[in-house]
Amino acid sequence: MRRHLHAEWTKLRTVPGTAWLLLAVAGLTVALSAVAATAVTCPSTGCATDTTKLGLTGVQLGQAAVALLAVLGVSGEYGTGMIRTTLTAMPGRAAVLAAKAAVLSGLTMAAGTVGVLGSVLAARLILPGSGFTPAHGHPLPSLADGATLRAAGGSVLYLMLIALLGLGVATAVRDSAAAVGSVLGLLYLFPIVGHVVADPHWQRRLWQVSPMDAGLAIQATTDLRSLPLGPWAGLGVLAAWSAAALLCGGLLLRLRDA
Amino acid sequence: MTSATVAPDRPGVRAGFVHLLHAEWTKFRTVRGWVIAMAVAALVTVLLGLFSAQGSHSSCAGGPAGTACPAVPVGPGGEAVNDRFFFVHRSLTGDGSITVRLTSLTGIITYPPPDHDAIVPGLVPWAKAGVIIKDGTRPGSAYAAVVLTGRHGVRMQHDFTEDTAGRPGGASAASPRWLRLTRSGDTLTGYESSDGTHWTRVGTAHPAGLPSTAQVGLLVTSPGDLTVKQGALGGSVEQERFTQATGVFDHVTVRGETPGGAWSHDEVGATGEKTDWERYHRPAGVEESGGAFTVTGSGDIAPRGSGEGMRIENTLTGVFAGMIVLVIVAVLFITSEYRRGLIRTTLLAGPRRGRVLAAKAIVIGLVAFVTGLIAAVVAVPACTHILRANGNYVLPVTRPTELRVVVGTAALLAAAAVFALALGALFRRSVAAVTAAVVVLALPHVLATASVLPEGAAQWLLRLTPAAAFAVQQSIPEYPQVTGHYVPQDGYYPLAPWAGLAVLCAYAALALGLAVLRLRRRDA
Repeated sequence: MRRHLHAEWTKLRTVPGTAWLLLAVAGLTVALSAVAATAVTCPSTGCATDTTKLGLTGVQLGQAAVALLAVLGVSGEYGTGMIRTTLTAMPGRAAVLAAKAAVLSGLTMAAGTVGVLGSVLAARLILPGSGFTPAHGHPLPSLADGATLRAAGGSVLYLMLIALLGLGVATAVRDSAAAVGSVLGLLYLFPIVGHVVADPHWQRRLWQVSPMDAGLAIQATTDLRSLPLGPWAGLGVLAAWSAAALLCGGLLLRLRDA
Repeated sequence: MTSATVAPDRPGVRAGFVHLLHAEWTKFRTVRGWVIAMAVAALVTVLLGLFSAQGSHSSCAGGPAGTACPAVPVGPGGEAVNDRFFFVHRSLTGDGSITVRLTSLTGIITYPPPDHDAIVPGLVPWAKAGVIIKDGTRPGSAYAAVVLTGRHGVRMQHDFTEDTAGRPGGASAASPRWLRLTRSGDTLTGYESSDGTHWTRVGTAHPAGLPSTAQVGLLVTSPGDLTVKQGALGGSVEQERFTQATGVFDHVTVRGETPGGAWSHDEVGATGEKTDWERYHRPAGVEESGGAFTVTGSGDIAPRGSGEGMRIENTLTGVFAGMIVLVIVAVLFITSEYRRGLIRTTLLAGPRRGRVLAAKAIVIGLVAFVTGLIAAVVAVPACTHILRANGNYVLPVTRPTELRVVVGTAALLAAAAVFALALGALFRRSVAAVTAAVVVLALPHVLATASVLPEGAAQWLLRLTPAAAFAVQQSIPEYPQVTGHYVPQDGYYPLAPWAGLAVLCAYAALALGLAVLRLRRRDA
């Protein structure tokens, strides 16, 4: 397995796009979070905004770069025919996929941690200027606070699970454009459709199966009881999607010719 | 397409472009996967619409599931309206006028914020008291009125959607307001005055199909008090509370032929349900003493907003899914040429590179337009039918609006496809182009409607990003004369429909321009 990991690490490391994409994951996450924190103001009468969730808004953009990274990790090999070399050198297909998943998770978590920490820091610096002061019942976002730590750590896990989802879908679909389109569609379509369905029962049900809505429940720190799923159960929904995608991709990898 | 228009020194330039178009169309139609993808795009658009329509059930409050709701009045312009007010009226045949002096406009608001624990005296901004000439007492019929409002001064309004501002200010015994409405043929003119002798014209109106014998009289109404709070799943929850207004009129003069003589009074559009306030404190009605009329009423004479029903664009949710499929195909339409090396043959056959890209853009744009048109033409009527069958109230819109939503959706998909194609030509990497296109087209919409972003930021997102184009689907316009919660979550876009689409077209044109530059400068 160490050989597998080393091989996958070398391949991913030496592709020119990887470093840029990792930078994009961190940069886009921090940038959108900072913009969101700047855009909101709290009047002196007080406001019910979930500042932790607001300060982590950038994850919704950063995940696109993560999906791109994951898809390129697989479909790049199909595009160039490299996959045949890979499978000749390492015939254990499940092990190849596992090594890919491990390397990708590690890289995503590293970039995601930078992005999430940067977002929390940006929120800490920007929010007090917009009226979110301790005097108004909004203490500064701090990782010492249990809920904020869960939201921040959970956001890193969220990004990692998105990477695994992208890996699974790309292994199954092979074509890079179709793969990244499917992943982004899966993420962004549920919130849009769920918003339009008028029936509150259906709305909650859609929310509960949506990888993005349910997964991002991990960022909520206020009014948890009104959420259709708890934070960890929500992240579990995304984990189930990722596991299903990886399983599907792994099976197709075993069954199909490369 | 005559040869006479072709410059003599450049023979066959047009024919050359037609050939290019034909070549690109052949390339598109002979890839079976792409043709299938177009069918899939149309299908998912329709199916997602059907799914969300099937999932939306509603029944009227208080009744069992499927209870039919009372009919919603429709105004002369075809839009759903509120038409509830207290009306003291008599007939007026032919030309004539009504003049009144308004000495007081007061009211109550039940349980307003922040504590929601008391009934307080006060007026909502669009409480109305004044004079009106209306086509009978049927809700939704044509009218013109001159009214004093709670906080927006004197207004002349007609046929629900039209509103003209007069002088600001209120009315009191010390400084009463005189209002006058005259009819001359089909033209109604509104005047106001502070002393009853010096009159200022407020506006004129031509209400649709006003009969020669109309009802003329006094009106008082008061719309609900609106508050908005953040919803749990993003978005917002709106609440409306009962309010009531009372106007005191004297010096009431009607000139003209008034058959039937005496005043009668009606609560137009009354539902029969009464609030406790109306039951135990002050019902809607009129008291007359010594030539003064004290009129009390609740309701509104105004178009309905998106919160009071479903909108036809709710049937087009699937467009997002269809758009993603179209984006993928549009990107592959150019990037696969690079991958297979076909681009070198293409550029050999058509060395004018800008024209090659233009031909590609036209072909993919037209294909996306036709796909979107077919999907929207099927989805809108079919899903509207299902929504209505499930007991939902779908706000009616005029034919031109429906047509604009359908054609606009097709145009939106065409522009999105051209934008994606240009990104594909610019990046030459399909996966980067697809990601960029999907993110800028869909993410702003997600952030604007289903996140904790404040409304101001959401509106800027939908002004500046390509997602602004979804404004073309907005079927219910924003009315300044109705207090409403006009935000993207409720289907109100910050830009006008075609202006929103123009934003996406500008992005597509910019990307296409950059792509042509890049194609010219670099080796293929």
